[in-house]
Amino acid sequence: MSGRIVGQSVERLEDRALLRGEARFVDDISFPGTWHVAFVRSAHAHALILGVDKTAALEIPGVHAVLTMADLEPHLSDRLLRVALPSPAYRQELHRPVLADTEVVHVGEPIAAVIADSRYIAEDAAALVVVDYDPLPAISDCRDAMAPGAPRAHKNAPHNIAAEFDMGYGDCDAAFAKAAHVFRESYWQHRGVAQSMECRGVIAALEPMSDVLTMWSSTQTPHAGKRVLCGLLGRDEDKLRVITPDVGGGFGPKLVFYPEEAVVALAAQLFGHPIKWIEDRREHFVSTTQERDQHWDMEIAVDAQGRVLGLRGALLHDHGAYTARGVNVAYGSAAAITLPYVIPAYFLDIKLVVTNKVSVTPIRGAGQPQAVFVMERLLDRAARELKIDRAEIRRRNLVSGAQIPYKTPLKTRGGMQVVLDSGDYPACQAAALERAGWEAFHTRKAAALAKGRHIGLGVANYVEGTGRGPFEPVSVRVAENGRIHVASGAAAMGQSTKTMLAQVVAEQLGCDMSNITVVAGDTGAIELGMGGFNSRQAVMAGSSAHAAALKVRQKALHVASHMLQVGEQALEIEGNVVRLKGGDGPQVELAEVAKAVAGLPGYYIPGNVEPGLQATEHVIINDMTYANGTCVVEVKVDADTGLVTVSRVVFAHDCGRVLHPKIVEGQIIGGIAHGLGNALFEWMGFDENAQPVSTTLAEYLLMSSTEMPPPIEILHLESPSPLNELGIKGVGESGVIPMTAAVASAVEDALSPFGVSITKVPLSPPDLIALIHGASQEKRS
Amino acid sequence: MESVAETRTIDLKVNGKAYSRPVPVRMMLSDFLRHELKLTGTHVGCEHGVCGACTILFDGRSARSCLMLAVQANGHEITTVEGLASGAEMHPLQTALSEHHGLQCGFCTPGMLTTLVELLNDNPSPTAEDVRIAISGNLCRCTGYEGIVAATLEAAGRMRASAGERS
Repeated sequence: MSGRIVGQSVERLEDRALLRGEARFVDDISFPGTWHVAFVRSAHAHALILGVDKTAALEIPGVHAVLTMADLEPHLSDRLLRVALPSPAYRQELHRPVLADTEVVHVGEPIAAVIADSRYIAEDAAALVVVDYDPLPAISDCRDAMAPGAPRAHKNAPHNIAAEFDMGYGDCDAAFAKAAHVFRESYWQHRGVAQSMECRGVIAALEPMSDVLTMWSSTQTPHAGKRVLCGLLGRDEDKLRVITPDVGGGFGPKLVFYPEEAVVALAAQLFGHPIKWIEDRREHFVSTTQERDQHWDMEIAVDAQGRVLGLRGALLHDHGAYTARGVNVAYGSAAAITLPYVIPAYFLDIKLVVTNKVSVTPIRGAGQPQAVFVMERLLDRAARELKIDRAEIRRRNLVSGAQIPYKTPLKTRGGMQVVLDSGDYPACQAAALERAGWEAFHTRKAAALAKGRHIGLGVANYVEGTGRGPFEPVSVRVAENGRIHVASGAAAMGQSTKTMLAQVVAEQLGCDMSNITVVAGDTGAIELGMGGFNSRQAVMAGSSAHAAALKVRQKALHVASHMLQVGEQALEIEGNVVRLKGGDGPQVELAEVAKAVAGLPGYYIPGNVEPGLQATEHVIINDMTYANGTCVVEVKVDADTGLVTVSRVVFAHDCGRVLHPKIVEGQIIGGIAHGLGNALFEWMGFDENAQPVSTTLAEYLLMSSTEMPPPIEILHLESPSPLNELGIKGVGESGVIPMTAAVASAVEDALSPFGVSITKVPLSPPDLIALIHGASQEKRS
Repeated sequence: MESVAETRTIDLKVNGKAYSRPVPVRMMLSDFLRHELKLTGTHVGCEHGVCGACTILFDGRSARSCLMLAVQANGHEITTVEGLASGAEMHPLQTALSEHHGLQCGFCTPGMLTTLVELLNDNPSPTAEDVRIAISGNLCRCTGYEGIVAATLEAAGRMRASAGERS
């Protein structure tokens, strides 16, 4: 189901400026008289702050101020950033202070802000700020945090549990009691860093004529940021504006409101100078939120044919030092693990554990990759034990096409029932297997083995909850010069959001992409908004854009029919004119229609419509729509060195109606690259004192071009979602979700002659060598 | 703190235009280009020479502008991403990157482009493997590199064809 623009790989609106070096990222914005900030950050994972001596720093020429909490507090309504999403599961409050002044709980926590003429001078001075610390024992590993008598990550906390809850349904005890087989295993997926190529950044300026404080931040959630800042600074809504400029990648952590934003905005208000802070890469490693550290102890009960009867266990989730978002990552894991499969009974005990590490909030995938890793590993284990083909055991347990819509007993964090709304999971798996040559692979594997080479094939299924509601507003307005202006609370961080919105609008209003301007992520352009996260913007903002564009179209046709004295049904919009269908007859420019409905004093508006050729819509969709896919990965493993080479990736997926094939493929391939990194390379190390030990890109390895497999083979299945007019399901995170599972499956297959069992990622060469030599996987945190 | 305030006047050409500017001796070349000359197309991703976003052409060779001092550019010629298009007409690499979805957020793109311009100057007929090796020091978190490789091969073909027409 394609339109002339929707469904086509049209040129992106974003490209030209980006390619010519004319885009405007936050650090590209500058004003005369800007002062620059360098933060003094904690050197300790856990310590009391006994004092901060600013004397030497303030003596440096060009330094204007060294701000600590004592300087900020009189101007703030609250010392803390209370941004946590609601949940009954919390066991203690762990809000971040705007600046730490009594206790620091992770390396990198901001303590003071040096403000100077240049960043160079600010950093000179920051090095001279003397913080008097009294170090305290630190919690590095969330398992240690649970031990009796363990030190507290926060000195005065009653315990190290941030939140706890359980999830489940059905009678697990009965299911396990009657099971032919029960398999038990522990799994671990390691912590990673988002590593958007652009770090975070913020510049704020007070406009004295209007008294409006404007903050440009590389945030995924400008409207939420504005709400927090209005509260903290006590500014009226019309005296504060937050703008997301061009953003060099988000991947999750930029959805969080950060202390630096509060400090910079307040400093601009205090000093009357524009204030800028740009995060450097080392700061990104120690202050931008991270994700994925989870330990799962799981049991699966199956019958003799490998049908799953029950799944139960416990999840220890490393929450980091503060609650910067909520219980959502762990909740997302727990609610994702069963999804592709019919699991009659399920129980999970979930604990979110406080550690002295950077706070944990969603990174692309948001808990789902870990859950898929665990589920798929358990299925591989059961298949191995029962001597059933790994794909076959999945086929026996997948939710079938006939069962869709499949009402699971699970609820989303907001209490909505999880209903798998569309898709055909077995068909998707079958498509991937066929393309990958699954059936015949054992012959290739045996032939390779005969030559001493170890190749393996792995498979993983996922179902991704997308399109988090309840709404994302979009306004569409035809200006009096005929130009179409689109504004949305959706925020663009590199995923082609502006192009997506323009496509949906253009389809209804003349099909001319060049006639459309999109503002995404500016609180001055539209009142409400949620922003970019949870693979939601095409679903939510796309639906609103469609509804708004349809309204404007109807109005344009109605008014034009009065202006042209022709029936509405006979008219169409083509380019910038409304004309008789086919173009052979009277026509009127959209600009003229817009002028006509702008009104003239004392005259009727043609067609008796409301003034203005515009509409704002916020389509409400509470239920999430569930995308799905199957990934097959082929690897070769050097059994002498432990080197894993990914030689092929086949990815079959269903994200419903595809708005722009190249953008969808780009999202998937990018996600796959991220997931391969999580599987093989990305390791955010902390020592036993919770000191980070990988704080450069030379130590924390991202996928580079030479590690990527040959072109990824993507198969599109298209089951439109019934939950929105356009039939869209989100796709932004899908690529990353099954990758650690698929790679582990493939590596285990390649090393089957050694009987290796893989229970954690990333898979480093030394780990694999140890496994090959029969050693258990070494603890590394 | 005397030494950090010391300045030197440097003369250099950037994108064909001559500049003579006093600069603090410790200023990085990337900061000079971005904040003094306002050529903000060159991006700074890591400031330790790994990500490649800040790559420029220094006398025609790719170089990390975050690892060089501005004073080292005295007497040299620099090309940044702003210097690749001829007016409204984009470089074949720029056009091909757009066509092949070789950019998403676009933050790494300037460094990719300058690196690839150097590659195609050195080797007008690269293989996909050549391209992958050439950009192995340029990190991209969005694209998985596929579109960039495809775009480069396409641009190389078009550049060879137009060079053939000219000769």
